[in-house]
Amino acid sequence: MRSAALHLGLIAVLVAAGLMLPAYHQGNLARILVLATYSIGYNVLFGYTGLLSLGHAMFFGAGMYGLGLAMHHGGFAPVPAFVIGLACAAGLAAIVALLALRTIGVAFMIVTLMFAQTAFLTVLYFGEWTRGDEGFVLQQATRQIAGLDLTNPTVRYYAALVLFSAALLITARMMQLRFGHVLIAVRENEERTRMLGYDTQRHKFLALVISGTLSGAAGAAYALLFGYVGATFTSVQYSIFPLLWVLLGGAGTTIGPFIGTLFMFYLIDTTSGLTNAYLMIVGVVLVLLTLFARAGIMGEVRERFAPWLP
Amino acid sequence: MTDVLRTEGLTKDFAGLRAVDRVDLSVATGDIHALIGPNGAGKSTLVGMVAGRSQPSAGRVWFDGRDITTLPAHARIRAGIAYTFQITAVYARLSLLANLELALRDRSRTRAVQALERVGLAARADQLAGDLSYGHQRLLEIAMGVAQAPRLLILDEPTQGLAESEISEFNTLIRGLAGQTTILLIEHNMNVVMELADRITVLETGSVLANGSPADIQANLAVQEAYLGHADG
Repeated sequence: MRSAALHLGLIAVLVAAGLMLPAYHQGNLARILVLATYSIGYNVLFGYTGLLSLGHAMFFGAGMYGLGLAMHHGGFAPVPAFVIGLACAAGLAAIVALLALRTIGVAFMIVTLMFAQTAFLTVLYFGEWTRGDEGFVLQQATRQIAGLDLTNPTVRYYAALVLFSAALLITARMMQLRFGHVLIAVRENEERTRMLGYDTQRHKFLALVISGTLSGAAGAAYALLFGYVGATFTSVQYSIFPLLWVLLGGAGTTIGPFIGTLFMFYLIDTTSGLTNAYLMIVGVVLVLLTLFARAGIMGEVRERFAPWLP
Repeated sequence: MTDVLRTEGLTKDFAGLRAVDRVDLSVATGDIHALIGPNGAGKSTLVGMVAGRSQPSAGRVWFDGRDITTLPAHARIRAGIAYTFQITAVYARLSLLANLELALRDRSRTRAVQALERVGLAARADQLAGDLSYGHQRLLEIAMGVAQAPRLLILDEPTQGLAESEISEFNTLIRGLAGQTTILLIEHNMNVVMELADRITVLETGSVLANGSPADIQANLAVQEAYLGHADG
């Protein structure tokens, strides 16, 4: 009950925020909601299942290029192109899962990093279609769904909110089901979980596919809503971002990924307006958070005030 | 079939070292069957192969008349084997109730509470397992095995680190299962073994040294002690 109230309450606040915020912040928040969806996807694998991937940009990129290439070269409409983006991310996640889940711990981190590097280089290699680093723009005229113009800032904001809400509610529900409880059990003690009769390998596989597909949905939506597809989004820094956002917001909490993304976005936005040395301030804040809020913002809230927090 | 578990020529090699050497073991349905022997005799490795934690280098395992040698661990547990770890492996950061719900696999809160009542931990249902004393964590671990109502319960040194009073509670708990659950018990405490076991298998350097009723083994014990060098327990 409390967790349903929390999630619906957050969505209600965001619905209202879309009406009240000035254009600049509405634009920021639209971007944050899409990136928070990416964080939510990352959190399924890292926060709940305990698997640290350093290569999630490949799933974000699979969604982005799946949709982008389908629209740009294939002439697909946004909805089927979005489905293609999801399928690309899910397919890639399944392949990576089959191979990478043969390893654990540091080896898993390195294998995912290597796969993501391969994906990045693949994008550059096929520069004829992907335009490599330079990327390509999705024409404004094609970014329409059922008469709704996704380039309109307000429409774009609510489209991002629909995506974010869906990801939030799906993961929140998932973590109430036995499947979600078993993911946490795998994180806490995989061998114990196996010896209680759970196929931990299958659970890890599904967690990675769900995580990759949500990340791909965010990548596809990013391309569709902001109209740009580029290789930067498959680079290693886009693999590190969701890790950072989730750690800051609180790994293994449902709304932590959103809080972390929001916090980081505005931390950079605010400090870069003050000084050129903003990364130094960002660094200091991050160090302070790791010192005094090890479980991340929502993780700390859960430990201190609200143990029921999902 | 009167034997719920049977192994034939079960062998495990670790890089040239033979930890378990052609063990034929039969555990009769309903028995409490103790596995004893000095440290390094291969007891844990043997039951690990029965539960599916590791694959044998040679030999076969039958459970309920079915060859389970190649069955993965989780499928063996679902077939009715429960396994408790030698080193306590409860979910320290989850509540006792959550621990039991995972063990039950059906998330039945009522049955989880009943299982906690059985070991006297129901009052602590909402505490984190990691906050329990060591003895209570062992009891929780045993409760997680018992709660599954397995046809074969494997207990790997369950009384290790328990106080005398806790050991007698443990004995009562296990005796209460007699008849319903077959138990394969690795145990160093000879008092516990003699009090509970219907049958005893002595393992030494990976091979079966003796096999019989507690009386047989006890009659043999002087010889055994001399042979084993030291009695564990």
